[in-house]
Amino acid sequence: MSGPADPIRLPPEPPPKPRLWRFSGGVSPPYNKTMSSVHETTVARLPARLILPLHQHIGEAADPLVKVGDQVLKGQQIARANGYVSAPVHAPTSGRITSIAEYPIPHPSGLSALCIVVDSDGRDQWRERAPLGDQFAALEPSALRNVIREAGIVGLGGAGFPTYIKLNPGHDKVIDTLVVNGVECEPYITCDDRLMRERPSDIIQGLIIARHALQARQCLIAIEENKPEAIEAMRRAIEGLENFAVVPVPTLYPQGDAKRLIKTLTGKEVPSNGLSMQIGVVVVNVGTAAAIYRAIYHDEPLISRYTTITGTAVAAPRNLEVLIGTPIRELLEQCAADSSDLGELIMGGPMMGFALQSIDLPVIKTTNCLLALARSKQPPAPTVMPCIRCGACMDACPVNLMPQQMYWHAKAKDFEKTQEYNLFDCIECGCCSYVCPSHLPLVQYYRYAKGEIWTAEREREKADLARTRHESRQARLEREKAEKEARRKAKQAAMPQDMGQQGREAKQAEIQAAMDRARQRRDEAIARVQHQREPTPPASAAAPDGSRPDDDHQT
Amino acid sequence: MLAAILALGLLAVAFGLMLGFASIRFKVEGDPIVDKIDALLPQTQCGQCGFPGCRPYATAIAGGEADINQCPPGGETTIIALADLLGRDPKPLNPENGAVKPKMVAIIDENICIGCTLCIQACPVDAILGAAKHMHTIIAAECTGCELCVAPCPVDCISMVPIQHNILTWKWPAPPPDMRPG
Amino acid sequence: MKLNTPTSPFIHAPITVTGVMMRVILALIPGVAAYVWFFGYGIAVNMVLAALTAVISEAVILRLRQRPLRPYLTDCSALLTALLLALAIPPIVPWWVPVIGTLFAIVIAKHLYGGLGYNPFNPAMIGYVVLLVSFPVEMTSWIPINTFSEHSLNLFESIRFSLFGQLPAGVTIDAITSATPLDTLKMHLAQGNTVSEIRAQLGLDEETSRLLSVIPIFGAIGGKGWEWVSGGFLIGGLWLLYLRIISWHIPVAMLGAMALLTGLFSLINPGHYAPPLFHLFSGAVMLGAFFIATDPVTAAASPRGRLVYGAGIGVLAFVIRAWGGYPDSIAFAVLLMNMLVPLIDQHLRPRVFGHDR
Repeated sequence: MSGPADPIRLPPEPPPKPRLWRFSGGVSPPYNKTMSSVHETTVARLPARLILPLHQHIGEAADPLVKVGDQVLKGQQIARANGYVSAPVHAPTSGRITSIAEYPIPHPSGLSALCIVVDSDGRDQWRERAPLGDQFAALEPSALRNVIREAGIVGLGGAGFPTYIKLNPGHDKVIDTLVVNGVECEPYITCDDRLMRERPSDIIQGLIIARHALQARQCLIAIEENKPEAIEAMRRAIEGLENFAVVPVPTLYPQGDAKRLIKTLTGKEVPSNGLSMQIGVVVVNVGTAAAIYRAIYHDEPLISRYTTITGTAVAAPRNLEVLIGTPIRELLEQCAADSSDLGELIMGGPMMGFALQSIDLPVIKTTNCLLALARSKQPPAPTVMPCIRCGACMDACPVNLMPQQMYWHAKAKDFEKTQEYNLFDCIECGCCSYVCPSHLPLVQYYRYAKGEIWTAEREREKADLARTRHESRQARLEREKAEKEARRKAKQAAMPQDMGQQGREAKQAEIQAAMDRARQRRDEAIARVQHQREPTPPASAAAPDGSRPDDDHQT
Repeated sequence: MLAAILALGLLAVAFGLMLGFASIRFKVEGDPIVDKIDALLPQTQCGQCGFPGCRPYATAIAGGEADINQCPPGGETTIIALADLLGRDPKPLNPENGAVKPKMVAIIDENICIGCTLCIQACPVDAILGAAKHMHTIIAAECTGCELCVAPCPVDCISMVPIQHNILTWKWPAPPPDMRPG
Repeated sequence: MKLNTPTSPFIHAPITVTGVMMRVILALIPGVAAYVWFFGYGIAVNMVLAALTAVISEAVILRLRQRPLRPYLTDCSALLTALLLALAIPPIVPWWVPVIGTLFAIVIAKHLYGGLGYNPFNPAMIGYVVLLVSFPVEMTSWIPINTFSEHSLNLFESIRFSLFGQLPAGVTIDAITSATPLDTLKMHLAQGNTVSEIRAQLGLDEETSRLLSVIPIFGAIGGKGWEWVSGGFLIGGLWLLYLRIISWHIPVAMLGAMALLTGLFSLINPGHYAPPLFHLFSGAVMLGAFFIATDPVTAAASPRGRLVYGAGIGVLAFVIRAWGGYPDSIAFAVLLMNMLVPLIDQHLRPRVFGHDR
């Protein structure tokens, strides 16, 4: 570590070049940004139907607050946050709830999850709004955080971590620096660039609010050097503000990763497994800052965002301001994409994004970019060769890991060893795979290893639970046997004869009758099921009151 | 001659004392190997190994009465882990004990259940909730998928269904195999 | 419509195994050009023989191991191994010397260990050492630079000697061969001469040498002619560094360790130990530092590991040169350090971001 002795040097105005630090590794892929960054952002057309997944963020899925058939207004909360790490969902436009069911969502698995479907009524009519405005400064940080939580704001840079948690460092931590991430280091993506150029004052207002919530001393706005217009716009927007500075940072992927960015700006490293708050830094994305501003000054929840639509299959690449829930198909149409030649559709950037299975998925809060690649323009898939141990991956790794060792161990399914090589410090940035001359899918191996380790962990937990339950059951059976024996002995001593055969026969008949009834009902049920051909819903019902069956079933 | 005998005798006494001390100082309580084996077993308590539960099977392995390849729910992973622990060679699962199946959970068709409590008595982990003459239900999170409740049910209302992946339990698949090294 | 769903990253640097190997081969050109210029076509004949052997044996072995031919033949790794081996053996040798060496390198040192990426020892150096211990006469018959050979062979004569062992009429094998500078130095040092005496005596300018009919073996820095060959490899190596095909750690550590040790010893006893520059520009040091020690498969991987690995080669190479039985030592030093690579990689891991050590 470069040592905490190095002070953070703030650039006085006019800004001389502030001292920057360098993280190891990183790559410089072709950026391909100008094709979309030269165009003004336009507002996407209001879609007829919006699909709103309840799980668009890190944490628990939101709980629906509406029923099918309900009329909703624009900005109305339709699902509430479920627990601490969660975020609510709002109706992006006015209309009617037509379905609450599982639909495919943008996720690497291609699986479906619960969504609320809103059919737009075309009026786009807002609910009552009561903006806080400048009064936010009088609010306690906790009250301010609550407003931000209720507005459904999550990190718009791609991870989707609920923002209000980020703004809550805990009373034992002092936040020195609020870093605003306008780095946008991934190729193709330009939504943050355009936002900084078009709405710099929104971002700055949002930052003032976030800084108030954090009680942070200073605010650094980090922008990669390849965005001179954005740097200029932001510099103008902070004129006259004290302890605000725009810091151009070197163009190097993954500069925009929060931990790498903090190292670049402050020379400090966030401890492995730790949070940036521990070293007094909080990082928010520029889009998130703008969303905070809209929530406070316009009482607008997070219902739209800037999204870059670009790629070789898109004839008119540009940024659109889109409503969350808009089907991707409509956005591609608006940017004149040739969907017949679409080979891959990637959500996010080409380094860390994931491929979507279909174009009929909705935009979610974290959709910063839709990269549509034409089948006819894709290079042929390279031959994957064996690892030649050249160490290029190691030189490129921004976390200083040993990717090739992790690869060998993950391939051999020796997951314990991969953890010894700090697998869980891997940020899956893709630098190793990018430079690998053998074209090995290295990141894929790490994801696979992580998934296997997590699954094993879950299974171990489940096995431990089963073991304790089994053991306590055994203990209980022993105890009951002993008690029964004791009772029998006591009874025997008291009463010499039992009541005999009759009672038992009556009981047998009763059981037989019940079995017959049940069989009849079962046959009926089978007939019904075959008729409907519908799978039975999984019965995951837990005990309604958490009571144990222990004392009930013993006769 | 005498010196040699004396020296050897003294050495013998010294080593004897050391060994005696070590056996007291480093005495191992209980039989940790059974615990270690038990920790590797999946705790389904299904009895497919031929023993009434995971711990009896672990005891049997430790005692040399059972082989390490008799646990179908654990599958290859468990066999390899056991082989690793015991320093033996892994071997394929013994087909007499059953085959590897996807993870299952039991489901009671509540329209049919007569409330006989037979399944409750069969469940090794108390994962079935219900009372006599009342409908029963399975606590899915605690069900180990052992299938022991299926056979006792007089009305065949319990079925085993594979556990579905959702967004939270989904994991990235293994990459396609590399080209063979050449 | 079915979309492809590969996994990230979706873009890739324009680099392949073939690209890496081809660039390394191209980087050999300056050194090889100087070699041919000063020492004739023998080396070129050996390179061609070794390359042909490598490609054919690689193809046969791949077929036997039921591996796809195209990707492994076009990766050029076997070709590179063969060329490096050919550069390590004397220019005037019978054809079976490069052929046997290459066969051993490809079949035993590479494929019996699992093929590309799996061999723990540098195949070219294994091939070289096998030749050196098996055919010491052929492997120590070097030639002086063209201008001072009584007869320097042209291309046709070189091929004829290689294939049929026939020399032009009136020329004997002794007439065209001589010891290498390092050999000569070692021999004369053993006779009790000092380094400066030897270099003065055998490093005269051309005219005086002719007058005294002494073959000048030593040039301004290292061996006459050899210093240019080393310089050629240095240039090629710097180009590879510039392209980031190799990292600076291994060459710098190896050359640095050698320079340090030779400097120290030549300061203490200048009569018995040659100065650093002489060592760096003699024998296979430059070729070894930039082309052999940097072989990705067999070298250490982490930056600190590479430093230790490179320095280890430098130290071992000097120790063997100064006190060992062989005049040059890069091959032994590389192979000895290859053995330590797993240990180095295990213990010299880089400090992971956010960890204390």
